[in-house]
Amino acid sequence: MSKVKISNMECPIPLDDYKYVMMAHGSGGRMMGRLIDEMFLAVFTDVQPQDSAILNVPQGKIAMTTDSFVVRPLFFPGGDIGSLAVNGTVNDLAMCGARPQYLSVSFILEEGLAMETLWRVIQSMHKAADVANVTIVTGDTKVVERGHGDGLYINTTGIGVLEHGHNITPEQVKAGDMVILSGDIGRHGIAVMAEREGLSLRCNIESDCAPLFAPVQALLDAGLVPHALRDATRGGVATVLNEIATAAGLQINVSESTIHVEEGVRGVCEILGFDPLHIANEGCFIAFVAAEDHVLALDILRKHNKKASLIGTVSEGKPGRVTIETSIGGVRILDMPAGELLPRIC
Amino acid sequence: MKYIDEYRDQNAAQKYLSAIKKITTQPWTIMEICGGQTHAIVRYGIEDLLPDEITLVHGPGCPVCVTPIDKIDKALAIAARANVIFCSFGDMLRVPGSSKDLLTVRAEGGNVQTVYSPLDAVQIARDNPDKEVVFFAVGFETTAPANAMAVFQAKEMGLKNFFLLVSHVLVPPAMESILSNPECRVQGFLAAGHVCAVMGIKAYEPIAARYKVPIVATGFEPLDILQGLYMCVKQLEENRYQVENQYIRAVAEQGNRPAQELISKVFQIIPRQWRGIGEIPQSGWGLSKEYAAFDAERHFVIEDVSTNEDDLCISGLIMQGLKKPAQCPQFGKGCTPDHALGAPMVSTEGACAAYFKYKNTVAV
Repeated sequence: MSKVKISNMECPIPLDDYKYVMMAHGSGGRMMGRLIDEMFLAVFTDVQPQDSAILNVPQGKIAMTTDSFVVRPLFFPGGDIGSLAVNGTVNDLAMCGARPQYLSVSFILEEGLAMETLWRVIQSMHKAADVANVTIVTGDTKVVERGHGDGLYINTTGIGVLEHGHNITPEQVKAGDMVILSGDIGRHGIAVMAEREGLSLRCNIESDCAPLFAPVQALLDAGLVPHALRDATRGGVATVLNEIATAAGLQINVSESTIHVEEGVRGVCEILGFDPLHIANEGCFIAFVAAEDHVLALDILRKHNKKASLIGTVSEGKPGRVTIETSIGGVRILDMPAGELLPRIC
Repeated sequence: MKYIDEYRDQNAAQKYLSAIKKITTQPWTIMEICGGQTHAIVRYGIEDLLPDEITLVHGPGCPVCVTPIDKIDKALAIAARANVIFCSFGDMLRVPGSSKDLLTVRAEGGNVQTVYSPLDAVQIARDNPDKEVVFFAVGFETTAPANAMAVFQAKEMGLKNFFLLVSHVLVPPAMESILSNPECRVQGFLAAGHVCAVMGIKAYEPIAARYKVPIVATGFEPLDILQGLYMCVKQLEENRYQVENQYIRAVAEQGNRPAQELISKVFQIIPRQWRGIGEIPQSGWGLSKEYAAFDAERHFVIEDVSTNEDDLCISGLIMQGLKKPAQCPQFGKGCTPDHALGAPMVSTEGACAAYFKYKNTVAV
């Protein structure tokens, strides 16, 4: 874990006149050396100097995952590409019940990116890694010509440790399981879209971007083994439910009135014709737990997020089908979104 | 959320459902005009809660669905030009033309932008004086005031690089076209609340009288629709055929006068092709002479596009209430939102998309 206090640190570059990323910053020469030493290594102090990081891993199983982050804009209310790149990968590990431990970080920088911007992203990653209790141990930098990237892309790969012998996968979900949603939905997708599209909203909607291992660990510590966990990122809750129903070969039935959606998010969705269940989240997940565990599981998850809620059940039904009871008592199919979400005409 | 939750209340909905059940003595077929209403009906599972005697058929009120294919092909041709910024509501981007859609044009390098208001397109034109900015002005009477305002403002600002590709359509002539079809089985209408909010409800009176059909201007929330259905069934059961207004919180009898004045300045009534249905006389708006310079079809010389409509698509029959989406042999098989044969499968207001999304009904 990095011990460097960075909050008051000035951006160390421009050291000379480099206010912007130049092609030479990726060419392997002296400029690249300084970028790495004085920006990346100044913050990511646990990055090892050799070509690959040498890691201590315990006996037993480890989990590994990778994710690339191309969000536009780079900064949005509640987060930025840096915190997203840490939490996104950390959460993928957590959803397998693995304690996130190590991260690699790969930057693809566009020529002309402001050094100040890069510095803000690096600091944000450092802070997010600190909060998530994960160590950045290795990395890479490439620079692409202006016009060939959106300022900055990040790939992170994560390694986590399974400190238990349980198998937490969609295939473990059984008929009779209860479906718990760990928080309110829709904030990340709407916050990013509002920023990107310049929607002038009067309400302040912030991304829910956050690490999720703590609530998972709390469940495991209480002796509860979720059958499956999945963070509701791209495609939202609807997509996760459909994926799990298909993987488990079971039907999932949820109730609309039990799902928390912030007023502002609901308002934007109403105006633009989006279903909050289709909107991406970066800080909430769905847990499938045995019926006898659900009261305790809900209690524990509510300690982490008051808006955790029991939203439905799993039944034999029709394999792969997800239904939702509407607010007026009707029942409909809850499908995945088709293609990209596009605002409606009227 | 205020003004939303009240209209989605389960207890109130149950009251209307039992009231409808109580007054229904025989089968009735009712058409909701607007695609927004269709989606609310299917999304909230209203059809399954109604008495079996009541059949809902879904009307032509999906602007994306009825925009003729040659207009889409023209849009694709204009959007592909190097110096053009083509602006559109998001809905239109996925609608299939003869060979592709606007999303494909964008992927191929065209500058296609989603806007939330036509006035955003005017701003883009101001910000990019060296580009030609085109807004795809589709829709019913609902979107006409904003589209008219965009051209009006562009003229006031003296913009020479802003154009509308117009495909406006009107509800009353479409209703008459549906009712005059000998196979028509529609006995009552829920008129589109937002269209009525702009134009008022007077225009429907001759239609109600001539074809002896009750017409109820209705909103879009589940309770609006249940109340509208109750009012419509009550008229049918009492053998009345009047124009009534369920959506009083938005619709004034005379409509929105300033909006109407602006529309009549900027647009003029013309015959219009409806995708899947054909030409309906006096059923559309085109730019008036005063604003002809803003007409994209005049400004851009587009060689005759040869259109190629997939003849497997029965969207015309669906939008006239003659078939339901699940009665199409292609539904959910050859035609899905990811690979659509017709516009109703991709529009957020399309009946086929609603059935696919919320009912997942397979073809019968």
